[in-house]
Amino acid sequence: MNAAIVGIGATDFSKDSGRSELQLAAEAVRAALDDAGLEPSDVDGLVSFTMDTNAEIAVARELGIPELTFFSRVHYGGGAACATVQQAAMAVETGAAKVVVCYRAFNERSGHRFGQVQTAAAANIDNSWSYPMGLGTPAAMVAMFARRYMHEYGATSEDFGRIAVIDRKHAATNPHAWFHDRPITLDDHQASRWIAEPLRLLDCCQESDGGVALVVTSAERARDLPNKPAHVKAATQGSGVDQFTMTSYYRDDLTRLPEMGVVARGLWEKSGIGPSDVDVAVLYDHFTPFVLVQLEELGFCGRGEAKDFIKSGALELDGTLPLNPHGGQLGEAYLHGMNGIAEGVRQVRGTAVNQVADVEHVLVTAGTGVPTSGLVLGQL
Amino acid sequence: MTDKAAIEKEAARIAEQGECAPRLARDPVNQPMINNWLEAIGDEHPGYTGTAPPAMVQVWTMAGLHGQRTLDDPLGAMMSILDEAGYTSVVATNSDQTYHRYLKVGEHLSVTTSLEDVTGPKRTGLGEGWFVTTRSTWWVGDEAVAEMRFRVLKFKPAHAPRPETASAQSSTPAVQPAPPEVQAIRPSVNRDTEYFWEGTRQGELRIQRCGGCGLLRHPPGPMCPECGATKPKYLVSEGYGVVYSYVVHHHPQVPGKQTPFVIALIELDEGVRMLGELDGVPSVGQRVEVVFTKVDDDLTMPSWRPRADR
Repeated sequence: MNAAIVGIGATDFSKDSGRSELQLAAEAVRAALDDAGLEPSDVDGLVSFTMDTNAEIAVARELGIPELTFFSRVHYGGGAACATVQQAAMAVETGAAKVVVCYRAFNERSGHRFGQVQTAAAANIDNSWSYPMGLGTPAAMVAMFARRYMHEYGATSEDFGRIAVIDRKHAATNPHAWFHDRPITLDDHQASRWIAEPLRLLDCCQESDGGVALVVTSAERARDLPNKPAHVKAATQGSGVDQFTMTSYYRDDLTRLPEMGVVARGLWEKSGIGPSDVDVAVLYDHFTPFVLVQLEELGFCGRGEAKDFIKSGALELDGTLPLNPHGGQLGEAYLHGMNGIAEGVRQVRGTAVNQVADVEHVLVTAGTGVPTSGLVLGQL
Repeated sequence: MTDKAAIEKEAARIAEQGECAPRLARDPVNQPMINNWLEAIGDEHPGYTGTAPPAMVQVWTMAGLHGQRTLDDPLGAMMSILDEAGYTSVVATNSDQTYHRYLKVGEHLSVTTSLEDVTGPKRTGLGEGWFVTTRSTWWVGDEAVAEMRFRVLKFKPAHAPRPETASAQSSTPAVQPAPPEVQAIRPSVNRDTEYFWEGTRQGELRIQRCGGCGLLRHPPGPMCPECGATKPKYLVSEGYGVVYSYVVHHHPQVPGKQTPFVIALIELDEGVRMLGELDGVPSVGQRVEVVFTKVDDDLTMPSWRPRADR
């Protein structure tokens, strides 16, 4: 695409930010603009999640962004993350806007916690087939898939736990990570309490307060800006057959994520690369089991083979497919996937704390179990 | 050790710990909450300006919608022990309160609780259970302002007779009385889904069937994805299926449920899948049958229980 991410910004990641969600959004956007070497007056587009509480106009007011010609929101929770960049890139390509900032900010730990049962969500007619039956948390909804996956492929709780161990290992050397300097062992994972069997506490990502913003502009303009741009090689959304939000239980096969399959096909086709060309994978990791399914859906290994692929060491920093070098959402922070995109940009720039050598292409995915999105970032 | 002896030993241990640490009320005594309470109770007494009705003492220290028990809460500790022993349902039976004086707006309460007595097992109309009695004291500073003796029955719900032992077996499964603690999340119902909930009220598990091509579909919708017809009908399921997948939910608390509990994805013999609570030890492939639990006149929930192979 004729678009690049030219600036990244974030607040601190905490459990109690002590400030409003709007302030977090404004701080993150300002930091991203500073990083891009641009002014608020350069911005004419804003994109966020429908779940974000910060209206585009409110963010524009705080930043002193005078006029907007493009503003948009993307639906389906964390599935929106990479799609915000797709929206921005399309706006830049079509001339709808020249500089678009994507942002996500929340007090997800000190304020509204997604991990609690959202009684109000049962008002949604789709949710009336799950919430009243007692299935009302994201962890439990993923656990239903995970149990079937274990049944069909013989995967174990330890196989899920290895993802948590890798993420926490990477977070341990990332000073911005909440779990900096706090790695875990597989035994720690196995000793952690049940949340929704077969998911343990350490299969579930943390809850965080914070904000992340990304600045997108055209490839031409990107070349004139101070930081090395991350070219948006491909960006796509995906929704699959008989799609629900978190509860797509009525498809033939519960061991897959067809919506991520749609994303994978789109990314490989548009970018012209394939799984073997990916140097770093930033895979959405709100719950460990779906990282295994993503590895299969994206074509890094065969169906049911993710557990063996992981055991081979492929996801280590020196492996064939380094996973979440920033620590992911299990280790760094839960920012609805936006911090993962920022890490993708750093890996392309060569400025990450856990930098992988000679990065040509980074794959980033968004929320799983929901209609989702993905990005291939690379050198311009 | 027998269950009875084990429960009594745990009860003695918790009782010996005495009072839990004082838990501070979320807000001081305040007029807006007093006004809301008076309105809800329907008390039109004009005297409660600046002074709180004594009977609302418990309100001040309620934990709130998302509150969790403190670790040293003796009632919570005893409940967990009885949950583990299979006494999973609860109903409050007695609440005797003593008020030492009126509370004034601005006073900030705290509460302490100790375990007074645990007796059982007793046979009751609801099922076999234990009576758990706690004593709470409300404080303003170090002045005790009110006290309460609180008793709950923690019981094993008595099940309706199994079909194989029922004397008068009907073709549709029996509708069980709801456990008394139900405040579960209610489904939204619209034109597309009303037939399902009408069915459960009548003890029928209904599956949408396309009036055009006959496609069976759950969850239902207004337009058939196969043939485009918009005249959905339904068939009544036999109410049997197998566990396709399941979750044992432990955290967080779910309204109207006692953790841990099982939610299963059932593949019905007719071919569609459906979520429901499962009363039993789950395994993938387990044969199950539907049970209907009447919540109130408007809502009957379907759930599942293991079925002996015949």
